Amino acid sequence: MVLGKGASSSLSRKMVDGVENMVSNCNDFTVLVVDDDPVIRKLHDMHLKKFGLRAQVVENGKKAVDLCHFGTIFNLILMDKEMPIMDGVEATKELRAMGVNSLIVGVTSRDSQYETQTFMEAGLDFCFEKPLTADKISFILQELNKKN
Amino acid sequence: MDRNHLQHQVTCMRKSLFDQGYLDEQFIQLEELQDDANPNFVQEIVTLFYTDSARLIQNIEQALNSSPIDFSKLDDYMHQFKGSSSSIGAKKVTDECKVFREYCRAENAEGCIRTFQQVKQEYAILRRKLEVYFQMVRQADVAHTA
Repeated sequence: MVLGKGASSSLSRKMVDGVENMVSNCNDFTVLVVDDDPVIRKLHDMHLKKFGLRAQVVENGKKAVDLCHFGTIFNLILMDKEMPIMDGVEATKELRAMGVNSLIVGVTSRDSQYETQTFMEAGLDFCFEKPLTADKISFILQELNKKN
Repeated sequence: MDRNHLQHQVTCMRKSLFDQGYLDEQFIQLEELQDDANPNFVQEIVTLFYTDSARLIQNIEQALNSSPIDFSKLDDYMHQFKGSSSSIGAKKVTDECKVFREYCRAENAEGCIRTFQQVKQEYAILRRKLEVYFQMVRQADVAHTA
């Protein structure tokens, strides 16, 4: 399921076929993966590598906020919702309050759907069920290209 | 044992893991990410899952043995374990985690304790089957390159 500001409800084959063009434009994008699950971090990092992207990975929202606070700029932030120390909702609110205008995409587990709206309202651009798949990343990169 | 026979065994075992419900389509996502540049990606991520699972299982056991039980903390740990299990396509493990969380939300200690035994059992079964499967994959790879 995709939630997002103006997001299409389906991932069309046209978007997936456009991947090769996207990859050639993507190599300069900076990505931050924020997740407390090391399996998810490795999985999402590998998915991004397939699209020619190198990601920084951190394990909680506070580290993400600190990175941005000290000047690191990311085009895309993949934000887990439930994390220790600082969760995704709080981190997203802080990032937006700091003026961070990265594309922030939330990732949630299936049984947290009822809290997804709260997560979106914190300042996400989109929200997906985890783990991300090639189709979902393809969609995100389409949106990233539009934004940039 | 010739390489065709080994490869056939690998294929059959893989099919049985899906047919018997131990793995779901998320495992196929892992396989699709593996390539020549990352030839051991599936085994690496499954090994990472084992390491993280050991930590979470210990945390859950400690939480279940504490008095009174902190169901909120217990639910957090199981949420993490469910997430990891689901990420590698461990279907039966994930399903038992969901049942556990229902007991947790109901603050049913007995249900949690009973279901956690099921979670650990399914985890142990899957781990054994995957270890056999990856060993067969390695043997088939060696035979292929010989």
